Amino acid sequence: MIQFGLSGITHGSVYAIVAIGFNIIYNTTGIINFAQGEFVILGAMIAITLAGVLPLPAAIALAVAATMLLGGLLELVFIRPVRHAPVLRLIVITIGLSILMREGMLHVWDEKVRALPVFTGTDTSTVTIAGAHISTQALWVLGACGVIVAALTLFFRRTTTGRAMRACADDRMAARLCGIPERWMVTLSFVLSAGIGALAGCVISPITQTQYDMGSSLAIKGFTVAVLGGLGNSMAAVAAGLLLGLLEVFTISQLPVAYEEAVSIVVLLLVLVCRPTGLFARPAAGAARAA
Amino acid sequence: MASRWANLLCTALAAMLIPASAVLAAAASQPAASQPAVSGGGASAPIKVGAIFAITGPSANLGLPESRTAEMLVETINAAGGVNGRPIQLLMKDSGGDAAKAQALASQFIDEEHVLAIIGPSTSGETMRIKNLCQENKTLLLSCAAAETIVNPLASYVFKVPPRDADAVRLIYMTMKDHGISRIGIISSSDGYGGAGKGQLEKIAGESGMTVAISEVYDKGETDLTGVLTKVKGANVQAVVNWSALPSQSQVAKNMKQIGLDVPLYQSMGFGNVKYVQAAGESANGTLFPCGRLLVAEILPKDHPQKAVLMAYKTEYESRYKDNVSTFGGHAYDALLILTEAIKKAGGADPEKVREAIENIKGHAGTAGIFNFSDKDHCGLTIDGFEMLTVRDGKIAILAQPAAMKAMTPASAPATMKSMAPAAAPAAKAK
Repeated sequence: MIQFGLSGITHGSVYAIVAIGFNIIYNTTGIINFAQGEFVILGAMIAITLAGVLPLPAAIALAVAATMLLGGLLELVFIRPVRHAPVLRLIVITIGLSILMREGMLHVWDEKVRALPVFTGTDTSTVTIAGAHISTQALWVLGACGVIVAALTLFFRRTTTGRAMRACADDRMAARLCGIPERWMVTLSFVLSAGIGALAGCVISPITQTQYDMGSSLAIKGFTVAVLGGLGNSMAAVAAGLLLGLLEVFTISQLPVAYEEAVSIVVLLLVLVCRPTGLFARPAAGAARAA
Repeated sequence: MASRWANLLCTALAAMLIPASAVLAAAASQPAASQPAVSGGGASAPIKVGAIFAITGPSANLGLPESRTAEMLVETINAAGGVNGRPIQLLMKDSGGDAAKAQALASQFIDEEHVLAIIGPSTSGETMRIKNLCQENKTLLLSCAAAETIVNPLASYVFKVPPRDADAVRLIYMTMKDHGISRIGIISSSDGYGGAGKGQLEKIAGESGMTVAISEVYDKGETDLTGVLTKVKGANVQAVVNWSALPSQSQVAKNMKQIGLDVPLYQSMGFGNVKYVQAAGESANGTLFPCGRLLVAEILPKDHPQKAVLMAYKTEYESRYKDNVSTFGGHAYDALLILTEAIKKAGGADPEKVREAIENIKGHAGTAGIFNFSDKDHCGLTIDGFEMLTVRDGKIAILAQPAAMKAMTPASAPATMKSMAPAAAPAAKAK
């Protein structure tokens, strides 16, 4: 039973770290960025390539920087010219971007499956808790989740830039009247979430491996988790990710494995029907945002 | 107004991306196929051959080497003067692994291009979708997919070149018997390949004396299998069999070690790809899988009948594409060579005559084994097309043949394992 629990945490930590990226762009623009999964894969791909010539930490840092740069560029080229368009059209553009990036990665990195080496120990090294095992890399993912959430919370609550980004999400016109350069805030949100996506991609790569077309399935799970926790709330996303991971694993311990996906979709539907603001959000805050 | 235009542009761009990417991928892999298109007649008119491969998408690890191989081989054949003085015109299309798309492409090849034969598709699901279409239109189909159902029930125009999954399963069970294993857990991916393998594993288990303690299907996009493996661990199995052709094959090995499931891991011939072995790293060591001999071409004894063809293909492919060969590319190689040999024998491109010529091919050394076709057998391979392979120190090695296999004559290994003349096949042992 404990082994199932640890396995659920491994699954859940991957969902959670992908979900965090969705929240930043949503927080600033109200857009769901469906290219988030591709940022994840792109970051990992660049890191894998660089890891051939550089030490691992440097490779990851460069990969994150490069993906941030690309995230910013994509926003400038594809989102900014149509920023007054309805949110739905912007979302469709992000879907287009995800396809563009996916095919681009296919041409640059071909169809092979790659992976970064594990950060510590060997491929199979595990930590044993009460007779059950969890891979050390899963702990790295959890740690990275924690660091990212803490950093984001500080950034959004304590820094002027962070507050300005939140202001843009609440009321863009009012934010502009206050002198906030809202266009750049949107660009910054893409840069940040590309960076977080890339970091997520690097940390999970040893667990999930990396292939050019894995982004969309990661993004769907991440999106589910982000909605489950309540869009825009990073800490809730982590909690929801772990919850979903545990839920899935306990489902397969009792039912045939084929029902695993069904469970996450049923949970998503239930949450959308009963608590559309997410499990961990105060309904009032969600209502205000929706209005 | 400028922003209006930018608006339109972006929306249009996003809308165009889906078809455009597919077209690009197909175009990139299509060799210059614009010779004057005369089909059928003419002593030196090109012979049109269609090829449908999953060059992109989740099965790209099958389709990409297949497409490269076909392109390379057709160039070689045409440079040598073609077949009976006529060049082969290869029309290659990418299905993305999508059965509906494969069907559309096959219709196009048959109705518009009037091809003599279609090579591919890469996957079993796609092949089954176009099996009847090809049969009804008397277009030869040489499939590169494994499922038994492609040639059983038999369709007179449909052939396949990969070995049978049923034979792979038998070889796995024979090996297990030698190792004293009788209680197994099966996990398979939720796609055509996994489903067909799971069916054969469960069907043959009884007659081979195996008890299937647990059989689970996991999602084909699954990236972490510790959950399902924990469940398997709870069933107290002596070995795990994983049947998939996906990257999850490397995951299984890692995840088993991680949760401390210390029993032998058997995989399908889908593991016959050096990349998966590399991706699994040290945890791949000890994995057992039945496979054709392409991956072990170098360590085969010199007098092995397949040695020459395997080394020729491997050397040419690897020097041209700077990439490792995989058994899948070998399937395209076999399909095209069998087709051209049949055209030579038939003395022309008459579909009915070529069909008969394929059925009469005997003792043809291909990459997947020695092909012996007949009017009842459209696969042409027997269980001794397979070799039981294992991974030692990150390298693929040949395992000694199981006792039940050694007891069979190499040429006609029957499906049931009654021991026959003890003239044994030379068991190639690796160091």
